[in-house]
Formats: sequence, structure tokens, C-alpha cells
Amino acid sequence: MSLSRRDFLKSSGALIVSFGAASIAGPLANAQGPFDTHRSHIDPTKLDSWIAVAADGTVTAKTGKCDFGQGMLTAQTQLVAEELCVSIGRVNLIQSDTAVCPDQGTTSGSQSTPTNFNSAGLAQAAATAREALISMAAQRLGEPADELKVIDGVVTGKAGRRVTYQELIGSKRFDVPLSPTAKRRSPAQWTVLGKPVPSLDRAALMTGQFEFVHNVRVPGMLHGRVVRPPEVGAAFAGVDESSVRQIPGLVKVVVRNNFVGVVAEKQWQAIQAARQLKVKWNPGTGLPAQKTFYDSIRKHPSRDVLAVDSKDVEQQLAGAHAVLRATYAYPYQMHGSLGTSCAVADVKPDNATVWSATQSAYPTRSIVATLLGMPLEGVRVIYVRGSGCYGLNGADTVSFDAAVLSQAVGKPVRIQLSRQDEMEWENFGSACVVEQRAGIDQNGNILVWDYENWVASRGNRPGYDRPGNVITGLLLGYEPEPITPRAAAAPTHELRNRDNAAPSYIAGCVNGKCNGSGTVRSERVLSHTVPSPFFTGPLRSPLRIQNTFAHESFMDELSASAKADPVAFRLRHLRDPRLVDVVKSAADLAKWEKRSAPQPNRARTGTVTGRGIACVAYEGDNGYAALVAEVSVDLASGRVQPKKFYVAVDCGPISNPDGLRNQTEGGILQGMSRSLVEEVTWDDKRITSNDWETYTSPYLDLVLELPTIEISLLKRTDVPASGAGETAITVVPAAIGNAIFNATGLRLREVPFTADRVKAALSAL
Amino acid sequence: MSTIQLKVNGRLHTLDTDPTTPLLFVLSDELGLRGPKFGCGMAQCGACTVIVGDHVVRSCVMPVSAVAQDEITTLEGLGTPEKPHPIQQAFIDEGAAQCGFCLSGVILTAKAVLDEKPQASDQEIGEALGGVLCRCFTHARMLRAIRKYAQTRKA
Repeated sequence: MSLSRRDFLKSSGALIVSFGAASIAGPLANAQGPFDTHRSHIDPTKLDSWIAVAADGTVTAKTGKCDFGQGMLTAQTQLVAEELCVSIGRVNLIQSDTAVCPDQGTTSGSQSTPTNFNSAGLAQAAATAREALISMAAQRLGEPADELKVIDGVVTGKAGRRVTYQELIGSKRFDVPLSPTAKRRSPAQWTVLGKPVPSLDRAALMTGQFEFVHNVRVPGMLHGRVVRPPEVGAAFAGVDESSVRQIPGLVKVVVRNNFVGVVAEKQWQAIQAARQLKVKWNPGTGLPAQKTFYDSIRKHPSRDVLAVDSKDVEQQLAGAHAVLRATYAYPYQMHGSLGTSCAVADVKPDNATVWSATQSAYPTRSIVATLLGMPLEGVRVIYVRGSGCYGLNGADTVSFDAAVLSQAVGKPVRIQLSRQDEMEWENFGSACVVEQRAGIDQNGNILVWDYENWVASRGNRPGYDRPGNVITGLLLGYEPEPITPRAAAAPTHELRNRDNAAPSYIAGCVNGKCNGSGTVRSERVLSHTVPSPFFTGPLRSPLRIQNTFAHESFMDELSASAKADPVAFRLRHLRDPRLVDVVKSAADLAKWEKRSAPQPNRARTGTVTGRGIACVAYEGDNGYAALVAEVSVDLASGRVQPKKFYVAVDCGPISNPDGLRNQTEGGILQGMSRSLVEEVTWDDKRITSNDWETYTSPYLDLVLELPTIEISLLKRTDVPASGAGETAITVVPAAIGNAIFNATGLRLREVPFTADRVKAALSAL
Repeated sequence: MSTIQLKVNGRLHTLDTDPTTPLLFVLSDELGLRGPKFGCGMAQCGACTVIVGDHVVRSCVMPVSAVAQDEITTLEGLGTPEKPHPIQQAFIDEGAAQCGFCLSGVILTAKAVLDEKPQASDQEIGEALGGVLCRCFTHARMLRAIRKYAQTRKA
């Protein structure tokens, strides 16, 4: 079974808060992409696969979408309570356990809400269950179904006769299919959804009682560690096991192809063994110089996709009143989860259980079965939450590590990666270069927009059949998905804009169908995927943040060139009313003062301040955000300090406004970190940003100069629910960059805007 | 291996362990505590924070033998979901978490500062948090929660 996002989005319904990340490989992502699902032993077309009512009236709901801190546990519980008309306390949600939950692929790409809150999945299951129960009650009470009322699982008829859910079904199966016509409760009827329900995990988290995957303990469990190669591309050449023989508690040194690990009775013993084990490695493949990396990826043979091409771009550029051209660069960045990735596996001769923080329980089950040489039916993956992942961190790879080590010793093994193993080998957010060209007419309108990008890519989510897309699979001998150079064919499909490769201001016309959100009709969107020396994968707003930085910065350059106000200039080139509304709303919130940039009479010393705006229609139609950033720049040091953020968010009907605000605040500050300091670094052999001194992330002392964040949540209940966890972060780099330009006249085209970089650029002005 | 006595969250434990073992692994693996967590193993992030006596300690780099005489408090030693400590209650009220992996560092560090100096300024609190990381960037809510707790300490 394969359901596309569009299918879900066509339907109407409710919403919430989610983040995650989708395929990084752009328009040519895995044929089996992260949203795909496979047929499993749990039939998603049957109601009993999703919902059960016990004899005591408690409701158990089963979902293939999981919570990793973004609020899905609470929002999905609200959803079930709302549709079933029971109190939230009655609902117990089981997340992504392959023994009992339907296969919903990967929790990523801001897809949990579109998937489960519209007219499919969990929402439709809960609505079906309510209708089935009311129909049973109608029979039992001998009254018409539409005259019955339900409050907290008690059905009441006209004459006051009552029957409870547990009396109707109590612990028996429904034995009915999911009804495509079961009516969702409308936002006007909501009593649980739409309310700022406090996150359900709060008390356990704050008191240290919450069970993370790191806390899973299995009887007889041993501890493992891996020994990764010392250089990228280095192959195993031998091991001296006597180097660790003296370590007490050592159980086994495990070598399989280029995979090396150790297992010991205690964690500290495993750590010491991994550090002291003498492994011989052949030299690595060497790495391209970081200094010239952006230039080098532009010259590499690439796999190309043309999403839009009006075929008159060169002609229009030649005839334009003014032409602007600019190149933007975005670095590799890390997920950098606070806790290193961890998993526990218990592999027996004919079955295996893996406790994993993966976003992809079913795909992980499939890969584990492959790695262990075991039938799929023998493998169970149980989702247990890990440290916030923000996309494909080490959760998948460490699950494979645990399975391989457990199989090698025949006992349950827990493994948690070292900080260096996590940071040197995770699937980074892709480095990317974007080249923009545009032409403006005499009246300051954009006539033509030409976009071209180069994205460095290696591996991705492993999906159901690509172990080599992450480091453990590669070391075990599986290749990552290949990138075969290929010229672009003419666009044939209507524009989807999943990676936000198309700027918001183009019409996006393919074969007469114009899915873009803007007015510019001379347009070209050409993407190149080139091989990356490092693994890459979805990192919160994958490619969308890179592309939006380039689009919204360039739009600011065009606006300045046309001597137009950046807000008015955007509005003039937008057609999508929802995007227009968030831009207006953010500008109103910020009390935006019209200007024709850049600021006149800027100071040359001391501290200057400025404001910038940026907006996005996330993935074309999966959530909308606009952000005004106000920053100060210390001209002597080049230090950029954001002072105020004003953000407007539209994600359709809101399941939980408190969760949405939490995601929006966190997204903006995380985006600020990624805009100002985060960058993966390397030398000629290996990654050099491998701890919190070499990979910078602001500490909690950021509270000393915390920017204020004002949020406007647009209230829309007449559209399908969309994602919300990735929209705000997407617009941060451009909004900050545009504010720096407004403050200083300096246009920064490379992220991050470190003080050194800003200072150097200021002195060159 | 040697026998070590540890006083954790008011309870005395007698353990047979390698004395060089970092305190964190004894707390999480031998005693099954969930509060302190492995983040980096290099005292760079704060996820493993516990209070020893009156001071915050990074348990990932502290050999267990060095703290065998002291009173050790972990995040779960402060309060329970039913009866949270006032600083935990402030974090609950403000919803000051996303994934929650960092909370031992954030809550215990803020508590230690305010216990030592109830009148501590925002500046002093902020500086004390200078080695604590939260990668979900829940900073704004955490600051609100800490200020709220500080108010109850001042009152």
C-alpha cells in the first residue's frame, strides 16, 4: 500500500503539531520514499487494528506515528478522545510497536498531522469507532442514532436511557472496516482538540521518571560499543584482541566486514574496551578541501531534475530592465541530539526484539531482518522515545548496531554511541549551493526567475531495503543508494515543490497547470544532486531551509534593487492567499514600517539594528509561516544578536495551541542557532566537529540575551490540517540575513553568519 | 572491583564495582535511575547532572569512588509526579520541555544556584546555566519556569 501526501491533503479535517523531516535527495528521493508504507500483518483497513475498548471502558489506540518531543503523543491522544467522545484520561496510545500498530512508514516530513488528523489513519479509525458504537447503542436503546448523545463514553437517548461503551463492546472486537464516510467531528464541535492540553509526558519528564530508550533494561542485558573507522572510507585490516583481554567483563570483540564492536558486562567496561581495542585500518579515501567545497560540488557530474521550465528564461533575462544574480551557500549541519543514540536488542535464534527510538519502526524492522538473515515475521521493533532527533539522527544506525552485537553474543545488548561516533557518522543535513538569477522590468516587477541548486547527498533514511544508507549498513557491506548522473528531462508532472526548490514568487506552470504561489511566469527550477563525502539525511526542514534561505534572501535583494518595501514587494508577487495572510499578519504583529531599503545614513561604528522579513509555504502547501526578525550587529566584532522575532503561522485547524507555540518557539531559536553558528567541519581525512566544543550550539546562558518571540496563530478551520513543526525554522536564516542587510548594508550569502565572517565582510564593504 | 557505599536520594546502597566507574553508570545501570543521562561523556552538556552535597556535579566524568561519602540527589530525588518539588512544578506549569533529555542539567543547576543564593539575579542564574545544553531550544519556557521558582524562593 502506498498513499501519497496529496491523497491525504485532499481530504479535510483537523490538526496539530509535528516536526520531522523528509527525504533529502530532492525530487529524486528513494523510489520507496519515507512516506511509503508496506503491507504488514496489521491490516490498516480494519478498525480493530487501530482502536480497542476494554471492559473497564479504557480506550487503547494504536498509531504508527511517534512522539519524539514534538507533541504527537498528546495531540494524537486528544484526537482519539475527541472523535470517540471520551475524556483524554481514558485513552492509552501505543506508538509504533510493530507487533500491534499499523505500518505508517516514517514519522517525518511534518506528515503526522496530515496523515492522522484528516480523513485517513487514526482520525478515521476513531470516527468509525464512534459511529459503530452509536449504531450499537441505537439498536440497544431502540432509538434513532441521530438522536443519541455521547458524553465521555456514555450514550444517552431521548428518554434519558443510557448505555456505556464498555457495555456495548467491552473488550470484544469491532470486526468492521474503517469507514471512509465516518463523519469527523467539526472544529466547531471540538471539546478536546483545539484546546491547550498540557503535554501528557510533562510530570514524568520533570521528575526524572520518564522512560527513554536509554532507560530500557532487559534481564541478562550486556553493554556494547562500536569502533568506527578513524577516517572516512577506511577499511578494516585486522584486530589485535589481546589489546583488550585484560579488561574485566569483556564478552566479545565482534567483527563483521568493516563493522567492529565490543560487548561487555558493564557499560564502563565496554567503553574502555572500545577505546583500547587495537584495530588496524587501511587509509581512508581522503576528503575534498572544505574551503573550496561549494565550488567543487558545482563542477561534479550530477543527477538533474527540472521541476519547472517556461523555456524563455534566457530571452527574458536578456530583455530585462535590470538583472540580478547571486549565489548562496548552506553548510552541512548536524542533528546533534543532546543524548547520543541508543538502542537495545534481544536477538534469539529465531526471533528478535529491538527497542528503538527510530522514526521508522516498520522500515527498521525490515532492515534488521535483512542484517540478521531472519524472516521479517521474526522481528519486532518497539518504539521508545530517545533524545530529540530533529530528523534522521543516529537512532536507526544504532538500532542496527544493537541487533548485530546481540546476534553475535546471543544475549540482549544495549548500546549507546559515544559523542564522537554520533557526530562524525550521522547523516548530516545536506550542504547546498543555490544560484539565482532574476530580471526586473521598468516598474520594478519581477519578470523572470531562474533557480539552480547543487545538493551534496549520500545515503538517506534506510527505508525498507537500503541498509547502506547509514554508516552501520555501509560497514556491514551494503552500498548507499547510488547517485547516477543524468541530465534533466522536461517537466511532465505538475509542480509539487516538496523541497521548496521553487521560490514562492513564481507561477510554477507545467503543461498549463500553475501550482506555484506567485506571479512570475518566466521561470526555471533546476536541481542537481551530487555525491557527498559524508552521509546526509533529513534534518528538520531538509532542503526547505536551504532553499528558503536562498529564495527569501534573493527576494530581499530584488526588493532593494527595485527600491521597494520588502513586505509590499513580496505581496505584489504572491497569489496564494494563505501565504499573503501570514506575511500581512507578521508585518502587523511587528508594526512593520514601510521602507525602501537599504537604510540611509547607517552608523559606521558601535551597534546598529535592523529588521528583515521572510516567508514560506512549507512544501508548497503543508503549512505557512512569515517571520520578522530584528537584530543588532556590533560593527567592531561582527557579532549578530537577534532581539525580537514576530512570527505568523497558519497550519490549518490547530489541535493543541500550546504544543504549536512550543514547537514554534523552539523552531525559531534552533533556526537562530543554525543561522549564526552551526557548521560541520572536516580536514583531509575526517570530521573535526565531533563534540560540543568543535560544533557550536548556544548553551542555556542564551537566556541572558534571549530574543523575544511574539506569535500569531492564524485560525483556519475550513482547510485540511497541515504540518507545523518545521515551518517556523525554515524562515529564520533569511529573516536574520535580511535584518543584517537592513542594519548594515551587508548582504550575507553564506550560512552561518558567524561573528568572524560578518566582521570580515564588514571590513570589505 | 571494590565495595562502595553510596547514599542516593536518601537511600544507602552497597555496591561491588570498579571504583573508577563514572558515577553516571552506577546510577543508571546499577541503581536503575532515569534522571541523569549520558549526553557526551565529557562534561560538555549537563545531561548527566546530579547534586552532590550542595553542588552540581557532572556524573559522567566523576569516578564513583570520589563521591562515596556524600549525599547524592538526582532529578527523581527532588519530587514525584504526584508531589513534584516546587521547581519541578514550575517547569510543569510552564510546559518547559520538548524532548526533555536535558532536564537534569537545567532543573538541578537552576535549583543549586537558587538554593545557594535565593536572591540570585537573572545574570547569575544565566551564567550558572552556561554549560547546560538544550537542543530543542526550549530556552524561553525554561527561563520563565526558573523565574517563577525564584519568585517562590524570594517570597
